[in-house]
Amino acid sequence: MMMKGLKKWRLFSLLAAVTVFLAGCGQEQLSILLPAGQVGKDQFNLLILSSVIMLIVIIVVVIIYVIALIRFRRSKLGEDHIPKQTEGSHILELVWTVVPILLILVLAVPTVYYTYKLGNVTAMDAVDEEGNTENLVVDVTAKLFWWEFEYPELGIVTAQELVVPMDEKVYFNLIAADVKHSFWIPAVGGKLDTNVENVNKFYLSFEKDSKDLKDGVFYGKCAELCGPSHALMDFKVKTMPRAEFDTWVTAMQATGEETTDVAAVGQGEELFQQSCIACHATSAVGETGAIGPNLATFGDRNRIAGFMDHDKESLKEWIKDPQKYKPGNKMQSFGDMSDEDLDAIAEYLMGLSVEK
Amino acid sequence: MSSVAQKRGFGATLWDWLTTVDHKKIGILYLLGGGIFFVIGGIEALIIRIQLLKPNNDFVSAGLFNEIITMHGTTMIFLAAMPILIGFMNVVMPLQIGARDVAFPFLNSLGFWMFFFGGLFLNVSWLFGQVPDAGWTSYASLSIASEGHGIDFYAIGLQIAGGGTLIGGINFLVTIITMRAPGMTYMRMPLFSWTTLVASAMILFAFPPLTVGLFFLTFDRMFGGNFFDHTMGGNTIIWEHIFWIFGHPEVYILILPAFGIFSEIIPMFSRKRLFGYAAMVFATVLIGFLGFMVWAHHMFTVGLGPTANAIFSVSTMAIAIPTGVKIFNWLLTMWGGSIKMTTPMLYAISFIPSFVMGGVTGVMLGSAPLDYQLHDTYFVIAHFHYVIVGGVVLGILAGTHYWWPKMFGTMLNEPLGKITFALFLIGFHMTFLIQHWLGFWGMPRRVFTFMDGQGWNLANVISSVGALLMGLGILVLIINIIITSVKNVRVGNDPWGDGRTLEWAIESPPKFYNFAQTPLVRGLDTVWIEKMEGNKSGFTAAEPVQDIHMPNGSIIPMIMSFGLFIGGFGAMFHAEEAWGLPLLIFGLFVTFASMATRSLKDDLGYYVKKADIERDLKQKGGRN
Amino acid sequence: MDLNKKFTPETWPDHPERATHEAKNKFVGFWLFLGGETVLFATLFATYIALKNKGPAGYEHTTQELFELPLVFVMTMLLLTSSLTSVYAMYHMKNFNFKKMQLWLAITALLGLGFIGLEVYEFVHYVKEGFTFDSSAFSSAFFTLVGTHGFHVAIGLVWITLLLIRNAKRGLNLYNASKYYTFSLYWHFIDVVWVFIFTVVYLMGVIG
Repeated sequence: MMMKGLKKWRLFSLLAAVTVFLAGCGQEQLSILLPAGQVGKDQFNLLILSSVIMLIVIIVVVIIYVIALIRFRRSKLGEDHIPKQTEGSHILELVWTVVPILLILVLAVPTVYYTYKLGNVTAMDAVDEEGNTENLVVDVTAKLFWWEFEYPELGIVTAQELVVPMDEKVYFNLIAADVKHSFWIPAVGGKLDTNVENVNKFYLSFEKDSKDLKDGVFYGKCAELCGPSHALMDFKVKTMPRAEFDTWVTAMQATGEETTDVAAVGQGEELFQQSCIACHATSAVGETGAIGPNLATFGDRNRIAGFMDHDKESLKEWIKDPQKYKPGNKMQSFGDMSDEDLDAIAEYLMGLSVEK
Repeated sequence: MSSVAQKRGFGATLWDWLTTVDHKKIGILYLLGGGIFFVIGGIEALIIRIQLLKPNNDFVSAGLFNEIITMHGTTMIFLAAMPILIGFMNVVMPLQIGARDVAFPFLNSLGFWMFFFGGLFLNVSWLFGQVPDAGWTSYASLSIASEGHGIDFYAIGLQIAGGGTLIGGINFLVTIITMRAPGMTYMRMPLFSWTTLVASAMILFAFPPLTVGLFFLTFDRMFGGNFFDHTMGGNTIIWEHIFWIFGHPEVYILILPAFGIFSEIIPMFSRKRLFGYAAMVFATVLIGFLGFMVWAHHMFTVGLGPTANAIFSVSTMAIAIPTGVKIFNWLLTMWGGSIKMTTPMLYAISFIPSFVMGGVTGVMLGSAPLDYQLHDTYFVIAHFHYVIVGGVVLGILAGTHYWWPKMFGTMLNEPLGKITFALFLIGFHMTFLIQHWLGFWGMPRRVFTFMDGQGWNLANVISSVGALLMGLGILVLIINIIITSVKNVRVGNDPWGDGRTLEWAIESPPKFYNFAQTPLVRGLDTVWIEKMEGNKSGFTAAEPVQDIHMPNGSIIPMIMSFGLFIGGFGAMFHAEEAWGLPLLIFGLFVTFASMATRSLKDDLGYYVKKADIERDLKQKGGRN
Repeated sequence: MDLNKKFTPETWPDHPERATHEAKNKFVGFWLFLGGETVLFATLFATYIALKNKGPAGYEHTTQELFELPLVFVMTMLLLTSSLTSVYAMYHMKNFNFKKMQLWLAITALLGLGFIGLEVYEFVHYVKEGFTFDSSAFSSAFFTLVGTHGFHVAIGLVWITLLLIRNAKRGLNLYNASKYYTFSLYWHFIDVVWVFIFTVVYLMGVIG
C-alpha cells in the first residue's frame, strides 16, 4: 500500500516535472522554444548552444564565488586577521582571457555562418524558363495597426492572416506604410523590421500544419513600438500543404470574378457597398495599397481586428467603436448605425470565405 | 566663506546651495536630484507592472502606457542613473586623487543646473498632458508622427540635460589629468577614479552625436527640417544609428562607474588589495574603447545586411572578454580575504552573479541570428534590467551606503540597510528572471496589454509582485535615510574601519577645502599602506600648511540653465503662439548674456588663510 | 592670482597660456572640448553625406547646380588667412607684445567677419533660388552642417570682440593670456572644419 502510494507520488512528480518543463516551453503557436520551421530551428540551436556556453561560465563563477564566500568570512577568520595583499597573477589573467576567447569563438563561428545563411535571399528573384518566379514571394505592408499581404505573382492580396504553403522557403518583401513596425512570427523564425524608406527581404520556412495548433493558426506580432495599439497589432498565419495552398489561391483568385448581382444581394452586402467599400475590398484580386484591410477571407479568420474573438457580437462592437478597442487606428466608427444594419453587415462579413 | 561655523537663516543656506561651486555640495545636489527622479521613474515602473498584472487590464490607457514607458526609460537613464553616478564622481573622485576641487568648479555647477532644468523640462510635460510617447529610443518615424508636443519635450529636455553631462565629463577628465596629488600616478589611482576617467572620456565622445541627433529631431518637429521624413528624401535609419552610437557607449558610461564602486567596496570589505589591479584598469579602458564599436547590435533586425550583422556580432561578443576579466578579478579579490558582510558588501557580492546573468544574456543577444528572435521581446527587457538594475542600481545602492558617512558624517542604519537589500534583491530577480521566458514565449516589449490564453499570465503576475518588493525596498531606504538624518550620530574619518583610499583619511564630511595639506601618495591604496606602516592617520602631507586658493560661488550657472529652460518653451511653441519666438530669443539671450557676464567679470577666487586652516586642524585635536 | 603683477618680455614665461594652474586646466579642457566638437562635426558630415542630393520625388536642386566654387574659394581664403593672422597674434602674445597681438587679432576678426558676410550672402542666394531649409532632406542637412560651422564662426567673432574690448587697457597678464590662446585654438579648429566642408561639401559636390 505504502509502496503504491510512493509510486503514485513518483509518477505524479514526474508528470509535474514534465508539465513544468512543457510550460517552460510556452505555447506551440507562438513560442520560440518550439520552432516550427528551419529558420526558427537554426535560431533555436543557437539559443541552446549559447545557453550551454553561458551556463558553463555561470557555473564556474558560482563555484568560485560560493567557495570564496564560505571560506573567507571575517566571522570565521577573526576580526584582527590581515590577509596577504596579493597583487595578482599573470597566469590567471591569461587563463581567464584566453578561455573566454575560445568560448566566444565557439559561438562566433556558427553565428557568422547562420547570419549569412539566414540573410541569403538570392533565390528570391530566381525564375524558371518561362520567366515565373520559382519561389513564393509575399509582399508585406505594415500599417497602423494591421498587416497587408500581397502575393504579387498570384495577383491576390489579403490582410491580417498570412496563408503560406508548408515545406518550402517563402520569401518576404517588407515595408511599412506609415511608421516603422516589425514583422515577427515567433514560432517560425526571427523578425525583420518593416522600415518606411526601404524594402527589407528575408525568408522563412513553415514546417508544421497550423491545423494541428490550438487555434489553427500561428501567432504573428508587431515587435516595434508603433503607437498606442502596438500591443494589438497581431496577425495570424495559416500553413498548409502545397496542394491545399494552391486550392486556396485558386479560390482567392476566383473572388475577383464574382459580379455583383443587384437583385440577389442581401441587405448586408448592400449596406456594405454603401458604407464600407470605400476602404475595404471584398475581392482578393488586386494589389497592396488599400485604405483598410481586405475582407475577402473575413469569414475564414481567426480573429477580428487581429485580436478580438471571431464572432458577430465582437464584430458589431468593433464596427460601432473601433477606437475603443484599438486606440489610434484609422477606421472610422459607425456608432450611429442601427442594430439591425449592424447585424446584417456582420452576417454578410462572416459569410465571406474562400475556404468554406 | 570662512570655515568658522555660524548660524545662518534658511535664505542664506538656500543661496549657498544655489550658488555653490564646492564639488561635494554639487555632488550631493546631483544625488538629491537624481534620487527624486529615481523615485519618479520607480513609480512609473510600478504603474507599468500594475497594468501588466493581468491580461486585458485597463489600469492605464494605451496612449498613457506608452508615455509612461517612455518617461520611465528616459528618466531612469538620463535623470536618475547618470546624475546619481555623476554625483558620486563629484563627491568622491577629487577626494580619491587628493584634489581640493574639480578643475572647473563653475562649470561643475553649470553641469548640475543644466541637468536639473533639462530633467524638469522633460517632466513638465506631464503638466501639459503632452508627454513623450515613442519610447526612450524615440525611433524617428514614430517620433516624427507623434502628435502634440510630447516628443518636443524629449528633444529639448534631453538636449539641455545632455549638455550638462558633457560639461561634467570634460571637467572630470581635466581634473584627473591635471590635479592628482603628488605621487598619485595613473597606476596608483583608485579604480573608481579610473572608471570616472574612462566614463568621462566616453561622455566626451558619445554625447555630441546625441546632441546632433536631438537637433535633427528638434529641427524636423519644430523648424521644418526633413532629416527623417522619407517623403522629402530623409532617412529614419540615420536616427537609429546616431541614437545608438550614443546609446551604446551610454550603457558603459553607466556601468563603468558602478564597476568602480564595487572595485572599492570589495577590497575594503575583503580587507585585501584589488586582485589584478593593472588588468582591471586595462579591462576598463578596453571596455570603454569597444563600447564605441558595437552600436549596430541594437539594429540587427533593421536590415543592415549579413556582413554588418556578422561584424557587429563578433565585436559585441568581444566585450565579454574584458568584462569576464573583471568578474574573475573581483572573485579573486575576495578569495583569501577577510570578508565582512556589511550592507555595501552585500550589494557587491549579489552584484557579481546578477551581473553575470545580464552579461551572458548580452552575449546571447549579440549573436545576430538569435537576436532576430529575441530582439524587442521581454528577453531584452530582462537582459538590460539585469545589467542596469543588477549592475548600475545595485552599484548606486551600494555606493549610497558606502559613502553616506563620508558625505554626511553619519552612518545609514545597517539592519535597515540589509532589509532594503533583501527586499530589493529578491524583488529584482522575481521581476526580471521570469521575463527571459516571457521573451521566449513570444511576448514583445512595449505592449500596453496582452490577450488572455497566450500562457503569459502567471509570469506577469510574478514579475509584478517582484516589482512591488523592489518598491518596498526603496521605501525602507527612504525611511532609513530619514531616521539616520534625524539621529545624526557623528562618525570619524574612517567609519568602516578598513579604509584604503584617500577619502577615508580626512574628516566625514570633509572640510570645504578637503585637504588642509595636499597628501603625498606612496602607492595604490595609500591610506592602507600608511596604516600598515604604523601611521594611524593614514595620511602623509606633501606640503606645509599654507594659504589655499578657492573659487567663489556664483548664481550665474543657474541663470544660464534657466535661460535654456525658458528658451525651450519658446522653441516648442514658436509655430503656434505669438510669444513663442520672442520667448526663445529671450531665453537664449539670458543664457548668452550670463555667459558674457561670466567672461567679462574677473573672478579670481579667494584664499583660505593659513591661520584659519591651522585653527581647523587644532579644533580637531590632531592633524588630518 | 595677481592681476597687477607686471611683466617684461624677459620675465614673461615661455608658455604663458599654461603658466598658471587655472590656465593649464583651461588648456587641457579646451583641447578635450575640441575633441567633442570633432565628433559633433563628424556626425553632421556623415549625415550630410547620407542625405546629399536627396529630396522629394522630382527634386531639382543638386550640388552641381547649386554651388559656385569662386565664391566659396574666396571664403576659404579669408578663413585660412585669418587662421594665419591668429598665429601671428599668438606669436606676439608669446613675445609679450600686446599692441601687435591686438592688431593681428583685430585683423583676424575682420577676416572672419568677411567670411560670415559672404556666407550670409551665399545662403540668401540659395533661399532665393528656392533651396530653403525645409525644401528637402538635402537642404536640411546642408544648412545644418554649414550653418553650424557658420554659427561657430559667429560665436568666435563675438568672443574675440568681447575679449579685445574687455582687455583693451589691461595689457597682457597670465590671466588673460590663456584666454587669447584658447580663442586661437578655437579659431584654428573652425578653420580646419571649414577645410573639410570645402572639400566634402563644395569640391566633391561640384566635381564628384
